[in-house]
Amino acid sequence: MHEMSIALSVIDAVTTRALQEGGGRVTEIELAIGSLAGVQLESLRFCFSAASRGTLAEHAEIVIHERHAEAQCVDCSSRFAIGSYLARCPVCAGYRFTVVSGEEFSIQSITIE
Amino acid sequence: MCDKCGCSSGGGAVMRRPGNDTGHVHIGEDGSHAHHDRDHEHGQSRKIEVEQDVLLKNNLLAERNRGYFDAKHVLVLNFLSSPGSGKTTLLEKTIPLLKDERPVTVIEGDQQTTNDAERIDALGVPVIQINTGTGCHLDAEMVHRAVRELDPPEHSFLFIENVGNLVCPAMFDLGESARVVVISVTEGEDKPLKYPTMFRHADLCLLNKTDLLPYVDFDAERCRQYALQVNHRLQWLEISAKTGKGLDQWTAWVRSRLAGL
Repeated sequence: MHEMSIALSVIDAVTTRALQEGGGRVTEIELAIGSLAGVQLESLRFCFSAASRGTLAEHAEIVIHERHAEAQCVDCSSRFAIGSYLARCPVCAGYRFTVVSGEEFSIQSITIE
Repeated sequence: MCDKCGCSSGGGAVMRRPGNDTGHVHIGEDGSHAHHDRDHEHGQSRKIEVEQDVLLKNNLLAERNRGYFDAKHVLVLNFLSSPGSGKTTLLEKTIPLLKDERPVTVIEGDQQTTNDAERIDALGVPVIQINTGTGCHLDAEMVHRAVRELDPPEHSFLFIENVGNLVCPAMFDLGESARVVVISVTEGEDKPLKYPTMFRHADLCLLNKTDLLPYVDFDAERCRQYALQVNHRLQWLEISAKTGKGLDQWTAWVRSRLAGL
């Protein structure tokens, strides 16, 4: 359940920013989460209500943009979509690849009143 | 609730030393939440672009730890595994083989008890136990606080035994020099496929308890292949912390990491 500490980190960052912007209530938090980021979206959503209680971000709507992962083959340099770290290059069938995107997990924006 | 001082710190992490029942330090409970206790006029909404990594705070602190370790030439290994894979036994067998070459200090992570720290303390090396409470992993701040207390000497080894868990600790950089994931032959050989994030971000995989191979249906080569499919850069060693088999290669690997310091 690292989702709870993740949710707390998000709320911490969001409320810090909201205070810098004048201390208004946060009504929406936009997150971008790669499919390889290692976060369970269901439990993350579940944790937000507890993590945000009593803060500027209580009752904020959480909008999650899921980002697909992309890899590049070490052997033939082809780029291809991957769903997990267990993947093969569709061109040369190799297992060796570097992850180009899909591990990101960021706060995109907040909306405050 | 804290079981020592009765404070209601919830799941906050607590730092303890073996043999010191009364003193402990709570980590990261400075009330990081900004409380909403003012009335606001509800005017127009404003969208603010943030574009910030969620783990930014942890990652910055991890880099700060790393800089400190680099400056003091401390080789830091983060040990990760499921509960019961033999991490503490591995440390008990490894420390006597290395501590005459360089000082060793240890950070133990568990949800509760100082049992593991007491086993390390018996070897005569400085150790700090971090009890994470309900937390499922160590983070860079906990390590930062523990390191300030431990004060590892220059040119030393620091071994961090993370909370037994193959999921959550994978996400949290502690500032370590390398990650060592331990699996044992009493687990399923498909562990690397089930927990790919952990294996993807590890530098070395130690297959432990190989003395039990004759008694279990565990295909070590297949497990290695699975691990390499997930992480083609992963190094692999087979050991038995109990019998000592493979510990020469393992300690040679540890020494090889000193070249980067």
